Amino acid sequence: MFDTLLPYLLAGVSVGGQYALIAVGYTLVYGILRLINFAHGDIFTAAGFFMVYLVASVPLPLAIPLVIILTVVLGFVVERVAYKPLRSAPRMSIMISAIGVSYLLQNLMWYVTGGLAKQYPVLPGLSQTIQIGSATTKLVTIVTPILTIALVVALVMLINHTKIGMAMRAVSVDFETSQLMGIKINNVISVTFIIGSAMAAIGSLLYFTNYTAVTPTVGAMPGLKAFVAAVFGGIGSIPGAMIGALIIGICENLIKAAGWTAFSDAFTFALLIVVLLFRPTGLFGEKTTDKV
Amino acid sequence: MSEVKTNVPVLRLENITMQFGGVVAINNLSLEVNQGEIVALIGPNGAGKTTAFNCVTGVYEPTNGIVDFHGKPIVVNHPQGKMVKQYGGINGDLYKDRKPVVHTPDKITHMGIARTFQNIRLFKSQTAFENVLIGTHLRRSSNFLTATFRLNMKEEKAMREKAMNLLEIVGLADVANELATSLPYGKQRRLEIARALATDPTLLLLDEPAAGMNPQETDELGEFIVDIKNQFNLTVFMIEHHMNLVMDISDRIYVLDFGKQIAEGTPEEIQKNPVVIAAYLGVDEE
Amino acid sequence: MKKGNKRLIISLVFVALLYAAGCLIEHTAGTKSMVVTVLQKGAVYALIAVSMNLLNGFTGLFSLGQAGFMLVGAYSYAILTIPMAKRAAVYQYYNGGWVQFTIGVIPALLVAGIVAALFAALIGMPVLRLKGDYLAIATLGFAEIIRAIVQWDTIGPLTNGSNLLKTYPTLKNIMPGNTVLFTFIVVGICIGLILLLINSTYGRAFKAIRDDEVAAEAMGINLFHHKQMAFVISSFFAGIGGALLAMYQGSLQANSFKSSMTYEILLIVVIGGMGSVSGSIMASFLFIACSEWWLRFLDAETVLGNIKVPLLAPGFRMVVFSVVIMVVVLFFRKGIMGDRELWELGSRRGAKGGRK
Repeated sequence: MFDTLLPYLLAGVSVGGQYALIAVGYTLVYGILRLINFAHGDIFTAAGFFMVYLVASVPLPLAIPLVIILTVVLGFVVERVAYKPLRSAPRMSIMISAIGVSYLLQNLMWYVTGGLAKQYPVLPGLSQTIQIGSATTKLVTIVTPILTIALVVALVMLINHTKIGMAMRAVSVDFETSQLMGIKINNVISVTFIIGSAMAAIGSLLYFTNYTAVTPTVGAMPGLKAFVAAVFGGIGSIPGAMIGALIIGICENLIKAAGWTAFSDAFTFALLIVVLLFRPTGLFGEKTTDKV
Repeated sequence: MSEVKTNVPVLRLENITMQFGGVVAINNLSLEVNQGEIVALIGPNGAGKTTAFNCVTGVYEPTNGIVDFHGKPIVVNHPQGKMVKQYGGINGDLYKDRKPVVHTPDKITHMGIARTFQNIRLFKSQTAFENVLIGTHLRRSSNFLTATFRLNMKEEKAMREKAMNLLEIVGLADVANELATSLPYGKQRRLEIARALATDPTLLLLDEPAAGMNPQETDELGEFIVDIKNQFNLTVFMIEHHMNLVMDISDRIYVLDFGKQIAEGTPEEIQKNPVVIAAYLGVDEE
Repeated sequence: MKKGNKRLIISLVFVALLYAAGCLIEHTAGTKSMVVTVLQKGAVYALIAVSMNLLNGFTGLFSLGQAGFMLVGAYSYAILTIPMAKRAAVYQYYNGGWVQFTIGVIPALLVAGIVAALFAALIGMPVLRLKGDYLAIATLGFAEIIRAIVQWDTIGPLTNGSNLLKTYPTLKNIMPGNTVLFTFIVVGICIGLILLLINSTYGRAFKAIRDDEVAAEAMGINLFHHKQMAFVISSFFAGIGGALLAMYQGSLQANSFKSSMTYEILLIVVIGGMGSVSGSIMASFLFIACSEWWLRFLDAETVLGNIKVPLLAPGFRMVVFSVVIMVVVLFFRKGIMGDRELWELGSRRGAKGGRK
């Protein structure tokens, strides 16, 4: 029994870790702007394409940091161009803008690639096959959870123990007051997008080692799932996002193991709806009340 | 001052406690508002006055206590779940055996309690006329099909006439087609009252109706409240900070401080009450 | 009342002229021409956009489930109308399928709406308690679940799994030569009904909920009841819209009803103006005309003289298009019409109410 499930569990932990890296971006942005950044999944896809095109012209050790830098720049630009002008607009407008950006990025990527799926380059370290118990898997399966945990720990330290981290916490509690206290809101928001995009870029390096075809819409589904993970863990909580993502990754693969592959995506959304109905603040979220 | 005053209670709060987490916002409040009276609820900022309104109108579910309306319980609750341990009020097990009764605000409005809001809440994309018209929606007999196919023409006409009539009564007929939020402040307050009246209430709750008004406007408002009370055979329960207004038109006054009732009586009694002066009037210049 | 009547007559004459123009264009340009395609698809999208506007623009519920309800409507229509003789071929992997009867096009369109409305009623019960962006993501999730279920092998005899549904009556073969007229009539009736609803006491209640939920509830408006009503009615028309889209496309596959379809419709609603029916209609035709026709040249690699025009390549059209949309979203947030209607222009705001 365990032997047959082991490969699925490993795959679950691995993909869960990759979702976690994307989910961090959602949860940080939501925590500060109360915005579901619908374009985040497309930024993740863009990171995949950056790698495809960079490897063709520069050596791999150089390509990896470049991918991260380019993705960060993209995330930064998206925020400055599409969200910043709407700071005082109703929340619905910003969400619509996010959907617009997602639409634009997808169309842009389709145009650049001509709509063809691109083969993701082989990253030598990560693609190596290894043997764990009775299961054969790629090294990335082991690297992902370790790297994810390390990054999440680092991020939590950053948020709890640095000045910018303190500013981020302040802004997430009260936007206007922190502005009055002299916090440069726009810088804090930019940093948030930069961290989120960097995480998404690292996530894409790991993700595409397993799913090697990059298409313009490939990021939509992992993006949505990562968002669900963020809600599940309690939106705004980084460890929550990680745990939510791991649970979703594992459940999804166990469902595949049970032969219900068609429902593995649907499961995620069913989980989302159940969470929203019974515990809208997620596993680690804090409760807020409206004032009349 | 009012002609149809009686001793029949319209609204009765019994041992109402409202606790948010560890904060007890209202502690064991009991009060009565009788048919035809104008009763004022006063107290310093943060005393829990609006919270009391919210408990009556179904916005909040009080942690403990009973609200009766025309002798029928519309809210009954006792500490449940986590609150059993956390409960910081008194009389916590008085209603242990009563079945909790909860209603959503719309249901309470149906029963005949209408309210206005401290921070005016008009429908901002609608005209003054449309704002009042929406208040007539709850007494409709049409369903969405008959309304869509215009089989409710008679009712629709009656609704419009009623809304227009109300606007005339509150003196806003000339601005019926102006956007509600473009009206001056005082008119917005009147419009909110007209909108509340459109729901055919027997009890009207006014949350700081004179807030932001100058003395002359406040005086006019006082007369206006007495007028509509008599005209629509209402009972009025209001929160107000303008002491002149309160003393002028109230039959009785309840004073709330830190969630507790500290005094009750006629305006004369309240003005002389040393506890009130210490807690409230002493702090305030008035 | 008199003024209102005059306005109504002018509007009806205007609509009749549009219908006549649509007919005329089809008869002169031919059913296969680009302009007719735009008229057909634009009308279908107009209905879907107006149905979404009823929810997002008029009731203030940010729902992203439209593609799911369109899918339900499209499948209901196709499943019920595939001719008996063709069923064996369509459902070749499922022994001809479970459904062994066929109904007419108009009843099938109605059923499409009703089935979508039933789904909405079921889904609405839990999700309409959620607020704002949580509602958006939950409805988006439900649309994805519906799409997964439809493709589920076990109910393949009903839905044909992930295979195409085809050979059902399409726009081209039910009123040959008058496809535009047919589409316009169905869409016109539906939008007319939505307009009547919006201008009734229920429509006013919807707008009250959009403006201020707390105040609406204090006015005795049952929030859940009214939100559910808007949700179900919107889905009913989205279902009919989906069925019309199936008729336009000629064949049907669940995978085309992705969330990106919902996003497209949302963007149409935004371009037209949240809370404006006429805005949604205009934006739909504009959107379809641009994406299917006017911007086509951007996709063709063009050589002028000896120089190849830079950038022009397949896909460039959609890039330009989405940039334009972003400009609207960022700088013209009210869209074409804001929350006003074409027939209200020139009259003082709200003059339709008041004394009569």
